[in-house]
Order: sequence, then structure tokens, then C-alpha cells
Amino acid sequence: MISFIAKRIGVGLGLVFVVLTLIFLAIHAVPGDPAAVLASGGASGTATPESIERLREQLGLDKPLAVQYLDYLAGVVTGDLGSSFRDSRPVVTTILERLPNTIELVVLACVVGAVVGVVLGAAAGRFGGWVDSLVTAFSSLAISVPVYVLGTVFILIFSLTLGWFPAGGFVSWQTDPVGHLRLLLLPALTLSIAFIGVTARMTRSSVVETSRMDWVRTARSWGLTPSRVFSRHVLRNSMTPVATAIGLEVGIMLGSTVLAERVFNYPGLSALLVDSVVNRDYPVVQGIVIVISVLFIAINIAVDLVYRFLDPRVR
Amino acid sequence: MPENTPTADSASTTASAVLRVRDLSVEFGSGSDWRAVTHDVSFDVRAGETVALVGESGSGKSVTAMSVLDLLPGNARRRGTIELCGEDLVGAGAARMRAVRGRDVGVVFQEPMTALNPVYTIGTQLRDVLRAHARLSRPEADRRALDLLRLVNLPDPERRLGQYPHQLSGGQRQRAMIAMAISGDPKLLIADEPTTALDVTAQAEILDLLLDLQSRLDMALLLITHDMGVVADMATHVVVMRDGRVVEDAPTARLFAAPEHAYTRELLDSVPFLGRSEIVERQPTISLRVVEPEEPAATRDDPTDTVLDVRDLVIRYPGRFGEKPFVAVDHVDLRVGRGDVVGLVGESGSGKSTIGRAAIGLVPVTSGSIRVADVDLAKASRAQMRSVRRAASIVFQDPASSLDPRATIGASIAAPLRWNDVEKDPRLRARRARELLELVRLPADWVDRYPHELSGGQRQRVGIARALAVRPSILIADEPTSALDVSVQAAVLRLLLELQAELGFSCLFISHDLSVVERLATRVVVLNRGRVEEQGDTRQILHHPQEEYTRRLIQAVPVPDPVVQADRRRLRLESANAS
Amino acid sequence: MLSRFRRIAGAFSVVRWTALAFVLLLVVLSVLAPIVVPTDPLAQDVANRLLSPGTPGHVLGTDEYGRDVLARILHGARVELLIALGASAVAAVIGSLLGLVGGYFGGVAEFLTMRLVGDVLLAFPPVILALLIVTIYGPGEWTLIAVMGILFAPGFARIVYGQTLSVKRLEYVDAAKAFGARTATALFRVVLPNVTAPIIVQFSLVMASAILLESGLSYLGLGVVAPAPSWGGMVASGQRYMGNDPSTILVPSIVVVLTILSFGLLADALRDLLDPRARKGNHA
Repeated sequence: MISFIAKRIGVGLGLVFVVLTLIFLAIHAVPGDPAAVLASGGASGTATPESIERLREQLGLDKPLAVQYLDYLAGVVTGDLGSSFRDSRPVVTTILERLPNTIELVVLACVVGAVVGVVLGAAAGRFGGWVDSLVTAFSSLAISVPVYVLGTVFILIFSLTLGWFPAGGFVSWQTDPVGHLRLLLLPALTLSIAFIGVTARMTRSSVVETSRMDWVRTARSWGLTPSRVFSRHVLRNSMTPVATAIGLEVGIMLGSTVLAERVFNYPGLSALLVDSVVNRDYPVVQGIVIVISVLFIAINIAVDLVYRFLDPRVR
Repeated sequence: MPENTPTADSASTTASAVLRVRDLSVEFGSGSDWRAVTHDVSFDVRAGETVALVGESGSGKSVTAMSVLDLLPGNARRRGTIELCGEDLVGAGAARMRAVRGRDVGVVFQEPMTALNPVYTIGTQLRDVLRAHARLSRPEADRRALDLLRLVNLPDPERRLGQYPHQLSGGQRQRAMIAMAISGDPKLLIADEPTTALDVTAQAEILDLLLDLQSRLDMALLLITHDMGVVADMATHVVVMRDGRVVEDAPTARLFAAPEHAYTRELLDSVPFLGRSEIVERQPTISLRVVEPEEPAATRDDPTDTVLDVRDLVIRYPGRFGEKPFVAVDHVDLRVGRGDVVGLVGESGSGKSTIGRAAIGLVPVTSGSIRVADVDLAKASRAQMRSVRRAASIVFQDPASSLDPRATIGASIAAPLRWNDVEKDPRLRARRARELLELVRLPADWVDRYPHELSGGQRQRVGIARALAVRPSILIADEPTSALDVSVQAAVLRLLLELQAELGFSCLFISHDLSVVERLATRVVVLNRGRVEEQGDTRQILHHPQEEYTRRLIQAVPVPDPVVQADRRRLRLESANAS
Repeated sequence: MLSRFRRIAGAFSVVRWTALAFVLLLVVLSVLAPIVVPTDPLAQDVANRLLSPGTPGHVLGTDEYGRDVLARILHGARVELLIALGASAVAAVIGSLLGLVGGYFGGVAEFLTMRLVGDVLLAFPPVILALLIVTIYGPGEWTLIAVMGILFAPGFARIVYGQTLSVKRLEYVDAAKAFGARTATALFRVVLPNVTAPIIVQFSLVMASAILLESGLSYLGLGVVAPAPSWGGMVASGQRYMGNDPSTILVPSIVVVLTILSFGLLADALRDLLDPRARKGNHA
């Protein structure tokens, strides 16, 4: 088990390295002068020679490529991701300010999504009939509504019409705990709906498939009660693929927060990312992409470990 | 052995029947649309008796057995009566059924790998069963679990409690499964093809265990099987089913000695009988090539007359990261002469299929040599492989998976001609496909059909036609009949023999079934764990085996004769008691 | 033949038929957009801004610049569907090839296709990778097709890989090799036809995902560039006026949800129709 964890983390580190290299290449493999491309925003815009020159200096693009690459890797390892074009603050500082807000949002949404999704999916798979139809209809709809549409509609209903929640913004936990939670709730709910849909669907189909397995019939032949057969011999076995799906979904949610934070004007990492993309603040974009990708890889390692734990055959 | 002699007629002893089934029909469907899969099935299982429910696939034997405990899928319903010690189970409520399951009636299922939950240890699952019917503390449950594992002779029972099903061998898993089934001290044990997934030696052990437990625990045994040998070995009474109906119901001795129904006769005739293929040969329905004493050995040793020559063959599968490589074939020598049929026999994991696959270049050779058509496969160039492919071809075990479901059978049969550039003209290939279909006794205009439109036996005929497309000098037959029902198996074997006589190809016939090999092989090679135990003339090997392993293998095969089986069992018990 | 009809009828419920009809309607209307709604989707008419749906001449009303909403929806659909189709096609070709090669050959090929390319791409949350590329190359239709084509390729690769692994274990692939099929023949004429069903299902799912992602990027102003019409962009600009007139966000929202939902339902129907495992379920 320990050797497996070590191996898995080793593979994860390798993946981080490849990802870092790709991000570096993404900017340097651009045909033509990367500084000019970055300053102009693709082929569409134009930039003054001065701004291009400034950019080149800021990014160290005048040095040889190998030196740039090593500088970049050394920077990442020592926690130096450069400085923002806009306010010249270190990128790491800015990211560390915003990261906790995003993590709080994602964790809350994931927990709600996983719990509600598994319960709904298990109920649909076990009882069938109208429960199944209802859950299936709900989850089909849930995964089809884009986050920005759902958030906007929630604001329209719960803020503008009913006035139950503020339309968006942020207060820190220290200044106003209740207000903090009230502001957290709508974006978290918005994010969790699609998560519920995916988890419920996955759980349902996994439960249905497991119910057909031979060992379920064996358990029935022992005279176990239906609820015990279900909880021990169906649900438990169904959780292995669900755990994998949830892991992937968490990663996707790390991306979807971009939209939720934008809709609710929530000061998380992703809102910063969008601002930086719009303002072409490349060092900040690069820093955030690195942080989120590393988080994503870490989550996937965690999922693999859970998978090992759930299925003795691969232990 | 008093159980083996039928004492009374079924009508007179209904009082002592543990299980009494009358006019049972099982129907599948929903709403107003119900389709019956069994019709008015009636039989009894009396105390201390072993009743075998026999039939081919689709006969409804398993459905009937499962309906006793209502373990059928949700879209099934039962009509008729099922009485357990006089109590009706068809109308019983769910709570009552749960009390019966696992306590009054235990079930052993066919495939212990899938019938046990892979995520729980054997101990956890045993505790589950025990606690379903009795309030037991954890130490009490553990102690009972251990007792049960000892009762089923599972070696090293303390360690097994903490192991997962995948860590046990097939036979050990089935022992664990039996321990769970008898944990409630049942009056009736239902065993649904309990040994079909096992090798013959493991099968013999499990069957012995079942009979031993039956007498010790005083259970009635309902045994579902397709194997007449197992029936002869185990049953006191036989119920033969076909297409959802009972066709014959008789005491075992009478059924084998004087079968009344035509289907029972047909079934018994189809069963290969190890050691007595001459007897079967006389049956008019089956034509068999007489196994001649042997042509002079000198002709076989002539190298120019050798079609397949395997020398000092070693095949190793590389171990995964950090594991030892697995030696599948370990210094094997064997030779197939022109026109010879050589049987390659062994249990699962003996390496027999690996050799067959290596002989057509599907598995790389680690060391040693395989020569086909004077080409050493280990060193063959692409062009040489092409000539090998025209000289050697293969019939696979499972006709359901060895034909491409997306290709018509005509295309499948003609494919070897196209891929090996034997016949470039598509029209001529199509004509050849039609000829080949006729050769295997199928209508020529079936070329446009797809595999799923054919039955298992028909598909295997297509497989044979494809293998013969290139007019091979040697045919590798890799368990070509083991996925088929006995009556179909007999017909396919007959076809193979007739074609072999007609076309004169040599054949390496790979099988786990000694009695099948006896019917068509002139020579036999016995494999065990990748090594040759013994090889030689078929009669010599099967009637006078020199090696202990071969002897055990032959002894383990149940033959369809209750008298022989009873003798054997007595001998086995005596030798067990003596030691 | 009759049984085939019955199978199709079994896989398609009323809801799924409706979904199919909606997708077809959307395709037809977007192709014929200039004929159906002759109004220029970019033509501003400040005098008639923010008209409610149902106004004569503007069936779905007008936006804050007085542009016809129906025209913008249908012209938006054109761009939306073209991008999604392009991206799905790119992803299907790249992904299937990777999965087929990785699954069939295993070993080094598997490492290169599934681990090195597949896992690395999956190590980026989709929206994040899209934003990185947009920052560097700028927004626009071609960027979107390229980035989403790459993003969704691992999904195809994983499915085809898994399917190839299980098909490879079946004896008919061994049979093809044993009867002299060359590697390319075995791969493309034997394995590929037997893994197409999940590819088709995944294609429909990826269409839905692509529309979801694209409209999100357009909502952020980083997808289709304004003033060109896009559904996400319409929701973004309607947000400011939704307090007075909810239809500004509801009309594009409903269209985008229905479209994604329809492609999703279509995928479900196709799965029931094509997936042998799903079919096995109802034979008993």
C-alpha cells in the first residue's frame, strides 16, 4: 500500500512536470514573436512596439529559451511565479489571498453534491418506478443547465424577486459569519446542481448494474433482509465507479467556479483568472493555471487511493 | 449403499418428501404479456435423497431450482405448488421466505468467483449468513465460521477467514460457498451446477464433499447439472428436463439401464464415455472412427511426415513490474504426423491452449522451436509466416466470440483467403465460401447471415469452415466443443471426424475432456502445469496410464454409469480410510 | 426488420423523440436562418430597444440595442452548432485514434497515447485550459474548435481504449490474426467497427458538453466575440435588465438548456439503441 502511494505520488509529480512544461511551451511555441502575440491578443489586435518591448523584458523573453525554461521551473519550485503586469504584486501573494475563498466554495458544493447525488441515485436505482423517473428527469436537466444560466436564474428568483439572499459579493468570516454564509450559499448551490446530476446518474446506473450481479442473488439466498442486501451487497459495491466519477467532477468544478464566481461577483481565484485573461495579465493567468492543475492532479491521486481502498482486488 | 437402490415408487412416499413440486410453471413478462419458460413441472425430493435435475441449456432446470426459493429476477412469476416439508412456498410471504432461505434451504451456485462478493472477506460473508438467522456475538460468529470452514475441509481455515474470494482457488472458493450454504443446517441443499466452472480433479473433490455433508447433516440434495457423469456419480433419482418440461423422472439405476423417453436415450447416447468409446460407437445415431490399435510407430518418426514438430518449447509470460515471469509451457516436445489426430489434454493452467496458440503464431516462443510446414515459427520471416498461415489454422473454443459479430458468416469464412492472398477474385472467394458452408453441412445461401442469427452448434460449424478455407495440412482445434451442449457436441465431433477422414488433414485436438479425446485421437499428450506428464497411444494412456497424475485425472472423470461410479466411490473411500 | 423497429421504438420514448425533433428543428432553422428571419442580427434600432416577446415584427422581442432577439438566437445557433460540431469531430478523430492504438498495442503505445497525452490533457480542468489558450491566442471560432477538440479528445480516447481492450480479448480478434490479417486490417476492419457504438454515443454527449463550455466562455466574453451573436453573450448582456424584463435572460437561457438537454437525451437514446449491455438488460 505504501509503495503504491509512493508510486502514485511519483507519477503525479511527473505529471505536474509535464503540465508545467506544456504551459511554458504554450506561450513559447507560438509562431512568431511571443511578446508581440501576447501584447496584441492573437492575430486580431495590434500593439505598439514599446509595449511589446516592455513585455519582452518583463517575461525575460530576450534570454535563450533553455535559460528561460530553467528560470521558469526554478521559479515554480521556489514559489516565485513572477509579478502581475497590472499591479506588479507577486503572483503568489495574489493567488494565496483568493485561493481560500475558492476552496471554501468548491468544498461546500462538492459535499452537498456528493451526498445528495448518492442518496438520489441510490433511491432511484433501488426503488425504480416513479422515483427512478423523477431522479432521472432531474439529473438529465441538472447536467444540461449551464452554471451561468442557473446562477442568473437563482439571482432573479431568490434575490431580485424573493429577496432572500443578496445578489452577490463577499464579506469575510471574521466580520460577519452569517452574512458570509448567506453569500456563500447561492453560488455553492449553483455549482452543486450539476454535480448532483452527474453523481445521481452514475450512482443509479452503478446500482442497477450491481443489482444484477450473482453475489446479490447469493446474499438473497442466505435470507438477508432486502435493506441489508442493498446496503451491504449492492450499494457498497456500487461506490467504486462513483468515487472515480466524483473525483473527475471535482476537477471539472474547479473550472466551473470561474462562471459561478463571475455571476455572483465572488472574489475567488477563478474570478481573478477571468479578469486577468481579459486584461491579458499573462503571469497571473499562468500562475492560476499552474495552481489549479496541481490541485486537480492531487485530487486525482486521492481518488486513486480511495479506489484502492474500496476494491480489494486492486489493493 | 442403500441410497443407490430405488426403494419405492414416488407416489407412495410423498409423505416423507422434503420438497414437493407440482405443476410448477415459471413465467417471465409484465402486465398482460407473460411467457412461460417451464410448464407443469412436478417432482419430489425425499429426505436423504439426491435428486438430479438434468437438461441442456434452455431446458429450464436452473429456473426451476431458483424458483424454489423465489430467487428469480423481478420480472418472473410462479404458478403451481412448491411445498417444503408440507408448507407451501409459492404463497408464502416475504418474511417467511427470508426465514426459509439460508436456514431450511441452502443454495450453492455455479460460479463461485462471481457468486461471492469480491469486496468482503470470506469471514465477513460467513458472519453475514450466520447473523441473518441467529443473534450471535462477534466471537461466537467467528467461532461458528471457523467450524464451518473446517467442516468443508478448507485447508488453513484461520487464514481463509481474512482472505478475499479472489485470493482463493476455484475449488477453495466453492468450499467457502458451500460453508455459507450449510451454515443454517438446512433440510435441503440446492446445488446449481456446482462444479461446472471447476477442473475435473477439483470437481471430484467437491462432489465427494457434497455427498459427505449430505449424509453427515442429513440433508436432501437437489443437484442441477448438465453432466450425465455427475448424475451417475451422485444421484439416487433423476429428473430429465427439456424445453421447460419434465420428460422423464426415474431412479438413477433404471434411467441409465432402461431409459424410457427418446430424448433421454438420445442424451445418454451423446455422452462420451471414457474408456468405452466402442460401446458408443455401436449406437446408430453416432458414427465414430474406430480407434485402430495403431500404425507402426516408425512412420510417425519420419521427419518428412511430421506436420507439426514442437521441440523443447518454453513459453514465458513476462511478469508485471516486480513479479516473477509465469512459465506457461515448460520444455515440451510433441509431434503431429501427417493424417494424425493428437489429443492435447490438461486441466486449466496446464498450458495446452498456449501451445495451440503458439503453433499458429499468436503467442511468441520464448525458447525451443515449433516447426509448421518446415518453418520454425520462432524465426519466421513475414513471407514464411504467410506460408505457415496457409498450412495451419485453428478452430476456437467459443463460437460466440470467435466470429466477428459485424461480419457476415460468408465474409468470415472467406477472410483467410483474402488476407493470405490465396484467392484475389472476390467472386471466386464468395463461391468458395458457399462450398465451405456445404462442406460443414450448412445451407450455402446462409453466407449473408450474421453470427447472432445462428445457434451455437451452427456457429461452430462456421468456425470449422473458416479454418478449412485455406485447405490446411494441420488443424488446431482448441476445445472446439466445450462451449456446446452434449447433443450438439456429439454432432460437431462427428463432423470433424468425417471431414478429417475426407480431407486428410492432421489435427492437434486440445481438450480438458478425456472422453472426447478418446473418441477421436490416435495419440494423447497429457500436460500438467506446462510440462508433459505422459504421451503415447490413446488406448495405452487411457487404459494403462504410467503416471500418477494421469491416473488421478482419469479417475476423476465421472462416467455415465451409476454402477461404475458407485464402485469407484467405494474404492476412493476405502483408500481414504486406509491412509 | 420488424424487431429493429421495435428496438428503436423501445429506445426512444416520447421525450427522446421530442429531443430528436428539437435538434433537427434547430439544425434546419439555423441553416435557413437568413431566410426564416431576414432581419440582420447586428442591425441596431435604438428606438425599439428592450421590446418584450410577442411584439409584432419581433416575435422574441429586442435587446438593449434594439436588435431582434429571434435573429440573434438563430444566427447564434449557427455559430454554436458549427463550433460544437467542429470540436466534436476533431475530438472524435484524435481521441478514437489514440484510444484504438493505445488499447490495441498496449505497452509503450499505451503509455504514449493514454498516459502521456490523455492523462496530461485531463490534468487541466476544461474551462481553465480553454482560458489559458484564449489568453495566448485570443478568442474566436477557430480557437474554440481547436481548444475544445483537444479538450474532449481524452474522453473519446478513454472510452475507445476501454472498449478496444475488451474487444481485443474476444477471440475474433485473435482469429483475424491467426487467419493472416495484417495489423492495419485487424485494427480498422475488425476492432474499429466493433467500437463505433460508444463513439457515436460519446459524440452526442460531447456536442452537449461543447455547447455548454462554449456558451460559458461566450458568457465571459472570451468565446464568440461581440457583437457577433452568441447565446452565452445574450445571457450576459441581458443580466443587467432582467429585473425589469426577465425575458432578456430567459429566452437565451431556455434555448441553450433545451439544446444541451436534447443532445444529452439523444445520447441516452443512442446508448440504449447501440450498447449491447443496455440491450441485454431487457431480454429475459
